Amino acid sequence: MKRLPVQIVLMVASVYFLLPLAWVVVNATKGSDDLFSAVGFAPGERFALFGNLAELGAYQHGLFWRWMLNSVVYAGAGAAVATLLAALAGYAMAKYTFRGSRTLSVLILGAVLVPTTALALPLYFLMADLGLDNTPLAVILPSCVSPIGVYLARIYATSSVPDAVMDAARVDGVGEYRMFFTVAARLMSPALVTIFLFQFVAVWNNFFLPLVMLNDRALYPVTLGLVDWNATPPSSGNVIYHLVVTGALVSIVPLVAAFLLLQRHWRSGLAAGSVTL
Amino acid sequence: MSHTVTRPLARRNRSVPYVMVAPFVLVFAVFFLVPIGIAVVQSLHGTERSGLLGRPQDVFVGLGNYAEVFADPSFHSGLLRVLGYVGLTIPVMLVLSAGFALALDSAVVRLRRFHRLTFFLPYAIPVVVATLIWGFFYQPKFSPIAAAFEAFGISAPNLLEGAPLLGSIANVAVWQWTGYNMIILVAALQAVPPSVYEAARLDGCGELALALRIKLPLLVPALLLAFIFSLIGAFQLFNEPAVLRPLSSSVTADYTPNVYAYSKAFTDAQPGYAAAIAVVLALATFVFSFVFLRAGQRKGAL
Repeated sequence: MKRLPVQIVLMVASVYFLLPLAWVVVNATKGSDDLFSAVGFAPGERFALFGNLAELGAYQHGLFWRWMLNSVVYAGAGAAVATLLAALAGYAMAKYTFRGSRTLSVLILGAVLVPTTALALPLYFLMADLGLDNTPLAVILPSCVSPIGVYLARIYATSSVPDAVMDAARVDGVGEYRMFFTVAARLMSPALVTIFLFQFVAVWNNFFLPLVMLNDRALYPVTLGLVDWNATPPSSGNVIYHLVVTGALVSIVPLVAAFLLLQRHWRSGLAAGSVTL
Repeated sequence: MSHTVTRPLARRNRSVPYVMVAPFVLVFAVFFLVPIGIAVVQSLHGTERSGLLGRPQDVFVGLGNYAEVFADPSFHSGLLRVLGYVGLTIPVMLVLSAGFALALDSAVVRLRRFHRLTFFLPYAIPVVVATLIWGFFYQPKFSPIAAAFEAFGISAPNLLEGAPLLGSIANVAVWQWTGYNMIILVAALQAVPPSVYEAARLDGCGELALALRIKLPLLVPALLLAFIFSLIGAFQLFNEPAVLRPLSSSVTADYTPNVYAYSKAFTDAQPGYAAAIAVVLALATFVFSFVFLRAGQRKGAL
């Protein structure tokens, strides 16, 4: 077994995957002057990270932090509701036989194959009819639907909530709904963490939907806001590149932290769902 | 099996599963099925103006929009570009993710946890932010890539214009999704009972042969799924060109079908035409992925 070449290839790959992140970290420490004079990974003449952060917070009356808050609210609310709905539906489909169950699972499997961007334009027309366009609900409500989440919850409930446990609870007089919240939800928790996390990422990363739905810059999520800064120079002239770079760094910290901290949970949930479809 | 297991739900509990699926079904119907219906209806309508200053009016045009979309050179060129993008990204991504998964599943490789994390990290970066960052790598005035070329006295290619642009966009996708696919493949490998490998090792199978002859075939179903999901994503290509648009004159309003639909709806105020593009694209994606899924199931891979 030739180990060394494999180790080298993996090392090169790790450098490739880390390089852009390292670039952001290095360049967030440069002031707007150094960003142009010290290209790439060369350090700037002064360490300007804290100055950049202060300027980022103050620029346009703290708009950046408003964007971050919007992203947290949209992604948090969307993922929480989507996880609850998916858990209930997936659990019911796994543990009860009822009419329409088969039709529903076919519909959900089909829905997994429908690209969500194809829905964004018609969703906009729907929201405009409901008078909800350019409001947070226009982004949050569609984010509450996760067909793949239902699918994952169903698989996980089938394998991790034993019938015997449910029957024992029934004998103890536990009602069906209470059983879901007290017994099943706990057994399904790795899958629920996975569904929540992946839906959170999907909403946090979504660009097309908020782009279509929102006009008011104060309602933008951070992704849309950063693109806006990157595209339009303020009236003073230059694009505020140093704030775009610092903002990019700040915007990726929460998700990277969440993935690192919750590693054990989402890996086991993913393992359960990824094997079959 | 005990008596209680087979006993059907008590009469008063018959409604339980319906109540449990109801919230999802409601939200799914309103924000998933209804929009599909709206898109179809809208795609059958066009906008007409009577005279130069007349108010735009919604008129039924039947399949007229579809006929136009199918004949539209802008739609064709966008579709071709997306196919080129598929060819650039998916093979590279799947080969890399399978190779990395096999390497990291092998007992002889070091620093497995570190590599697994760094490979996966890009998935946690929003596509838009990833494109912004790579955009800095591509712009000559910031680019470490251009700096590296100049250090060797070679003039750097412009990565944001013309043909190289599609490669630059493909690079963002490969960077972002390889690790995610790899994690799924690693999970699939871990689901294989260790006894399978032990038996192979007892038969004198080396690590390399084990990876290629035993593990790789076991990965085929997961690879097929990754392929299908990548295909669905690739057909919708929008975010990367949209973010790079201010930096590049090569990103036109019809760069990809999705970019084209967006500009038809919001710049040209032709929602009916935009809806027709979206429906055709969604149908094409659905048919493609369904055919591959079925082919996989028939071969027994899924």
